[in-house]
Amino acid sequence: MAAAREKNLGNVILRVEGLHKRYGKDEVLKGVSFELRRGETKVVIGPSGTGKSTLLRCINQLSVPDQGRVWLEDIEITHARTNINHMRAQIGFVFQDFNLFSHLTALRNVSLGLVKVKRMRKEEALARARQELARVGLVAKADAYPAELSGGQKQRVSIARALAMDPKLILFDEPTSALDPELIGEVLEVMTHLAESGMTMIVVSHEMGFARAVADRIIFMEGGGILEEGTPAEMFTCPRCERTGQFLRKISELYGETENG
Amino acid sequence: MSAGEILWQSVVPLFSALPVTLTVLGLLLVVGLALGTVLAFAQTYGRRPIRALCVSYEQLFRGIPPIVVLLFFWNGLFQSIGMPRVLVAALALGMRSAAYQSQIFRGAIQAVPAGQMMAARSLGMSRFQAIRSVILPQAFRLALPPWSNEYSSVVKDTAFICVIGGLIDLTRQAMMKVAPLSMRPGIGTQLVLPYLIILGLFYLVLTFSGTALLSLLERQLQIPGFEMKGKVER
Repeated sequence: MAAAREKNLGNVILRVEGLHKRYGKDEVLKGVSFELRRGETKVVIGPSGTGKSTLLRCINQLSVPDQGRVWLEDIEITHARTNINHMRAQIGFVFQDFNLFSHLTALRNVSLGLVKVKRMRKEEALARARQELARVGLVAKADAYPAELSGGQKQRVSIARALAMDPKLILFDEPTSALDPELIGEVLEVMTHLAESGMTMIVVSHEMGFARAVADRIIFMEGGGILEEGTPAEMFTCPRCERTGQFLRKISELYGETENG
Repeated sequence: MSAGEILWQSVVPLFSALPVTLTVLGLLLVVGLALGTVLAFAQTYGRRPIRALCVSYEQLFRGIPPIVVLLFFWNGLFQSIGMPRVLVAALALGMRSAAYQSQIFRGAIQAVPAGQMMAARSLGMSRFQAIRSVILPQAFRLALPPWSNEYSSVVKDTAFICVIGGLIDLTRQAMMKVAPLSMRPGIGTQLVLPYLIILGLFYLVLTFSGTALLSLLERQLQIPGFEMKGKVER
């Protein structure tokens, strides 16, 4: 547990400044700002409907924010003249419902981005894809189509797909929320390994065990803004903000405290 | 002359008219496929005025009888600028079929979940790349069964090209042979119905062989997760 916290975090890799996003009359993000350091695992928690997923989507511009800026290292992603495809290729995204390409095998799911975006030769891309599948323990399923995989396996393939691109960071949007309880463990295990190996990641999750064990910092979001940010120790033992404490108590009543990793 | 010989004499010309029907059918499918695909993508991904234009096109061509479209093209393109008859026929029916095919493709494109496009874009693919390597291959598989339906429908539409003067297709040829048959006293009149049945068989072979090939293709391209979920509980 302590291992994650002793990580030496590098300089700031991602900077988010004053993000606003509104859907119709609904203001989902009301000015969100934070920084992410190289090698850091940041877990974003909070009640549903508070803009956590929207925040992730605004970072790689899958949703375009109405206001505010995002920098990846020294390049402003939100700048009109930035090549967004080039930026997205450096930011992995893992979806709640996997979104594996359903007409391609697990292997081709992982290699497609390498061929199309990184212009890698096909054989080279397939070899690399095989490596990434090995990393998530799914080489045996290389030739299986998404419909033939379990939810946990699908999510591991989608993590491999993100990893293959050599991203500077990976955004996880509730990666275990669509999974049957018995399949959550295998996905969290892969993510824990990733965090320990120094991958930079932002994870929106309700898995408090994972947050407590793996996060370097936890962000608590509510009502479209960040209420509190701190280390797991700070957040779980004595949150400065009463609302954070309330939420954490409610969550642990609901799900029980599962110690993970 | 025996009845069989008389009948055969009328059937032989059908074989020489077959290439005309086949050429028009082939060309109209190419026109319909190409234009239909473009229309479908323009309607799905295009800006509002472009979408409105596509909708009007569809409404127009789906709302007019094929014979009227053929007559219009014949008078407009053949009589005035001298375009070859086969092309006029293929263009008229092809543009009509495009209106139907675009609906098939649009439905198929929209049946591909939005997450597929999002995942492709999240990897850094351009919209065009995502359409080409993620959306199209899936939409194509979904479109095959209804497309095969459209195929058998346009095979039968080709019979309408007989309204173009001087174009001798299967149906026109048959009409030209029915007249003398029915004027022959006795045996001739009794041969008209069998003769028309033979004409029907020509079309039946075309629709049947085409749809059989398409369902073969469908099986070839089958991927787990893309089965037609058509199993009915009885």
